[in-house]
Amino acid sequence: MASEIMTLNMGPQHPSTHGVLRLVVELDGEVIQKITPHIGYLHRGVEKLAEHRTFHQALPLTDRMDYLAPMHNNLGYVLAVEKLLGLDVPERAKLVRVIMAELTRLKSHLVWIACHALDIGAMTVFLYAFREREMVMDLYEMVSGARMTSNYFRVGGLSRELPAGFEQKVQEIVDTFPGHFDTYEGLLTKNTIWLQRTIGNGVISAEDAIDYGISGPALRGSGVDFDLRRDLPYSGYEDFDFKVPVGENCDTFDRYKVRLVEMREAVKIIDQALKRLKPGPILADAPQVCYPPKESVYNSIEGLIHHFKIASEGFPVPEGEVYMAVENPKGELGYYIVSDGGNRPYRMRVRPPSFVNLSAIEKMAKGSMLADLVAVIGTLDIVLGEIDR
Amino acid sequence: MAENNRAVVKLKERYADALLEYKEHRGEVTVIVKKESVLEVLKFLRDDLRYNFLSDLTAVDYLGQEPRFMVVYNLLSIPNKDRIRIKAPVTEADCSIESATALWNSANWLEREVFDLFGIDFKNHPNMVRILMTDDWVGHPLRKDYPVQGPDREPYKGRVS
Repeated sequence: MASEIMTLNMGPQHPSTHGVLRLVVELDGEVIQKITPHIGYLHRGVEKLAEHRTFHQALPLTDRMDYLAPMHNNLGYVLAVEKLLGLDVPERAKLVRVIMAELTRLKSHLVWIACHALDIGAMTVFLYAFREREMVMDLYEMVSGARMTSNYFRVGGLSRELPAGFEQKVQEIVDTFPGHFDTYEGLLTKNTIWLQRTIGNGVISAEDAIDYGISGPALRGSGVDFDLRRDLPYSGYEDFDFKVPVGENCDTFDRYKVRLVEMREAVKIIDQALKRLKPGPILADAPQVCYPPKESVYNSIEGLIHHFKIASEGFPVPEGEVYMAVENPKGELGYYIVSDGGNRPYRMRVRPPSFVNLSAIEKMAKGSMLADLVAVIGTLDIVLGEIDR
Repeated sequence: MAENNRAVVKLKERYADALLEYKEHRGEVTVIVKKESVLEVLKFLRDDLRYNFLSDLTAVDYLGQEPRFMVVYNLLSIPNKDRIRIKAPVTEADCSIESATALWNSANWLEREVFDLFGIDFKNHPNMVRILMTDDWVGHPLRKDYPVQGPDREPYKGRVS
């Protein structure tokens, strides 16, 4: 019997497409023949804006890209600028950055598991994961004053010292979160509906995953044992003991398992970093780059002038180019920054993991049912703020 | 030193005519090659030197210089845990370069983005259309001569920086 191809608009209103992704799906009955993603609804020109701001002023722009993992965006950016400057940051700043980065990984993965489960129909996990995420958000608010757009790191270190009581709150997370992960696993890992919706769904082989540039948990779910934190370490990750989970069957269920193990490992990394945390400076000894302490700004004319000079003019960065990548919850988040010797980035390029991962969606979902496409979108864990920039 | 880098040594042996420049900065090796040979060089790096992952593909606009554009390929070797950057100059008069989609599918969207925001055409690309801006958009926003406030709008005067 001759079949007729039907074109269906999925999104941007569909709940699984995050409000700013439109997929034009061509269907033969219920089977997907072709997917054409339409992106750009959220394009804010971050790369262009960064060229017109000093290196300090470009930092808040990075928060707003992957808005589920703002501190990772901050981290990649400050590491890239520090690499250009040849600047080393103090040990305490490195450890706090690791703690905040791993808390951010938890925060991002909790949203992923919540939304992924809700897309497939598990409402309870959604409510539980958001309840736990609030604890991380409270910590965000404690250290940076904002629950989402943190802007906490600085070129050379951190913007301010950790508040009193922070370490106890983080310890509480370290103690309680593994139990919460057990709860999620109890609700999903042996759930028949979950297994049927995820096993064998969105399969992409290791070779194809590399070919399509997939990175992060999605790459490891396809059996590629590669993690930037371990293999090309930054910010002192080489001193931490953690496992890198790898999948075998290259499907949605494997990617789910990989991310769950990653959350458990993140808790272990935070625990190790907490134990090593000692008092010390949080900014590099580089007066031409770092702001002076607030007491000095308020109480001395030299401090005020120093602060004003950096705030108004920024700092010059030696001519050159670097590419600095960090293991963001979604994958390889890279910053390619070109400096012409001035106080602004001549070119700031962000290598967005979600953008590259999304380009493989047709490869992963072609030939499967329309309902499986929802699971594929969820398993890629995309954030449109980063895709469109 | 860049000349001692494994990839640079091999590239000098095989593609001496195509190599324009190589340098190391902050531990990162950059090799500039002629755009006519870029695909050959990338294929050699992928197949023989195991730079199997195209991390990123982008461009830089050096307005006022000749050639005006540089197309930049950041490659990663997953087995060797090593990176290299390949650059190819593109002139404004002949604003095109061979597409890397023949080597990596990841180049597809990345090249579309460069085409959209810089106006560099990638020859033999399977779907060379805009990706972030609308199809009817005029101009290429990441070019240095494109106004930051957008077309036909007064520059924002609220800040000096």
